[in-house]
Amino acid sequence: MNIVRNHVLISIDAGTLMSGARAVEDALVKEIVKQGLDKEVSVLETGSIGITGRGVILVVYPEGIYYADVTPDDVPELVEEHLLKGRPLTRLILTETPKRTIITKEKTGLLKEQPRIVLKNCGFIDPENIDEYIAAGGYEGIAKVLQTMTSEDVVAEIKSSGLLGRGGAGFPTGMKWDFAIKTPGDEKFVICNADEGEPGTFKDRLILEGDPHKLIEGMLIAGYAIHGTRGFVYIRGEYSLSIERIEKAILDARAYGLLGKNILESNFSFDIVVMKGAGAYVCGEETALIESLEGKRGHPRNKPPFPINAGLWGKPTLVNNVETLANISEIIRNGAEWYKGYGTEKCSGTKVFTILGHVATPGLVETEMGTTLKDIIFEYGGGIKNGKTFKGALVGGAAGAFLGPDMLNVKMDFVNLKEYSAALGSGAILVMNEDTDMVDMLKSVLHFFKHESCGHCVPCRLGTARLVELIDDIAASKAKKEDIDQLLEITRVMKDSSFCPLGQSVTLPVSSALKYFKNEFMSRVTS
Amino acid sequence: MSAKNHCNCARVDEEDLYPKLEEMIAQHKGKPTELIMALHKAQNLFGYLPKKAQELISERLNVPISTVCGVISFYSFFSTVPKGRHTVKVCLGTACYVRGGQQTLKKVEKELNTKVGSTTEDRRYSVDIVRCIGACGLAPAVLVDKDVYGRVKSTKLMDILGKYE
Repeated sequence: MNIVRNHVLISIDAGTLMSGARAVEDALVKEIVKQGLDKEVSVLETGSIGITGRGVILVVYPEGIYYADVTPDDVPELVEEHLLKGRPLTRLILTETPKRTIITKEKTGLLKEQPRIVLKNCGFIDPENIDEYIAAGGYEGIAKVLQTMTSEDVVAEIKSSGLLGRGGAGFPTGMKWDFAIKTPGDEKFVICNADEGEPGTFKDRLILEGDPHKLIEGMLIAGYAIHGTRGFVYIRGEYSLSIERIEKAILDARAYGLLGKNILESNFSFDIVVMKGAGAYVCGEETALIESLEGKRGHPRNKPPFPINAGLWGKPTLVNNVETLANISEIIRNGAEWYKGYGTEKCSGTKVFTILGHVATPGLVETEMGTTLKDIIFEYGGGIKNGKTFKGALVGGAAGAFLGPDMLNVKMDFVNLKEYSAALGSGAILVMNEDTDMVDMLKSVLHFFKHESCGHCVPCRLGTARLVELIDDIAASKAKKEDIDQLLEITRVMKDSSFCPLGQSVTLPVSSALKYFKNEFMSRVTS
Repeated sequence: MSAKNHCNCARVDEEDLYPKLEEMIAQHKGKPTELIMALHKAQNLFGYLPKKAQELISERLNVPISTVCGVISFYSFFSTVPKGRHTVKVCLGTACYVRGGQQTLKKVEKELNTKVGSTTEDRRYSVDIVRCIGACGLAPAVLVDKDVYGRVKSTKLMDILGKYE
């Protein structure tokens, strides 16, 4: 076996691929061979390391130096300087993101190191290599569960960890599992909701691309806990790379006896199937997702019965989000007490946020629950781009709420945000600077809802259409003052009478936009 | 199989694909719940969902044709009209909207002389919009087939599209 002196990690994800990561990788491998370093330097593919908008990203270990915006033309210089002569190429080093997730604390003297639970392996291991996941402690959770814990023990552990579902609603995961275990049934299913469609959210994609085995392990543990027999990953059709990687991960896990009959020689059998979605936002709602899995139009179902009682093909079904499931193996391995050490009292653990819009460094950040909005934007997101001032943020995607400047000190967790009639939702934070037209922002959100309303119930179908007419008029300065009241009135009715969360949640962006930026709307209407 | 129509080359090609479709959907035979998977395969094969393919799927999977149509019309991913050889999808998610996705779309429509949901006359490109594809850090984003392009400025646009024959 060769002793490798340097490891070069290249992030291969949808974001870097579009910036030409493959060309850089090819050039890198060729140059390393050319310089005769191929026995001393290894090039490894890895998932996203959480920086977007900075082109192709490389990390060189053991130094832990991050290079951004690397092009094939930079490669000869980089190889010669850093890998041959041992002098880091300062020109390309990523410097302006000192407090971001991935930059090693030794290098930058971090004030605050970001805890990583869900994204622990993302950007450090090769997501297409099961051995690397195992070497990083992977599948220890399921082994521990199978050898030392009963199903009830597992549910109790998750319950005591205080984990709240990360899909948006923040329902206690342990409680859901408890319902599932208590529901009788010879066949039970575990569904992973990977139909990530909330605008501005791409955390699930990066987990799937960066660490697919973590999701499989989470589903296995969930399956064992609720006596499940089969698992389904319902994933957006547009996420080609995620689909490829999770499918490969399933095949590899099966080959290792981690999926299929008698897993790790126990009595537990479980297998997972991937199902591609076909482009419908409403399918992120769990009952609509189940309908879609059954091969039908993705209309939401009546609740109750909840899926936990009668879900897929009428059988008890547990539906959990990707990020929720990605927490499971770590909780099992390290214990509920350890997990509770992160986050706030009512909301434990970490949350993966996507920061985008007018910030200096858009990207992905995993931070403790209860971190303030200000810290997320200014510490992790590098502040507002081009020295502008902060005007507001849309938190939680389209079905989320606008927050104004006086909300910068709000603690970001499920429980706390609810008190301000906002929602953490999917964890998307779209930051807007002083130049942003809020009427136009709301217009884009409402157009989105109109497009995605599935048409099943009247309040949402007609409500979204009316809202779009009104906001278009307001944006074109053709509306009256009463139209603004009408806007609120319609969303109020929709909240009370819509069939599913899609229609019910429109009230959040509308009422919050009017709460913080009413002047802007008023200046567009005639009295 | 039915007689081939020799007047229209495109059609002949399409007819030739049906045995392949049969083969691809064999595993879903008699399983109505796997309709969406079968439709995905058919659309991959033909580039859209011709009526005849819908009928074949309906029959093999044992799903009424009305249900098949209902499912197709519900999901934005499926199309019943022929698509171009390449699909250009402009993201109009919130982040892309803020960074000028709308202008990008207008530019695409103008340069290709076509509208959203339509195909150019030479069947080279189809133009569509897409909801957030999670490339928000690189907004505005455009998806051509399976490739994502970020920070698409109108000047860069035609260079990108030109790469797709």
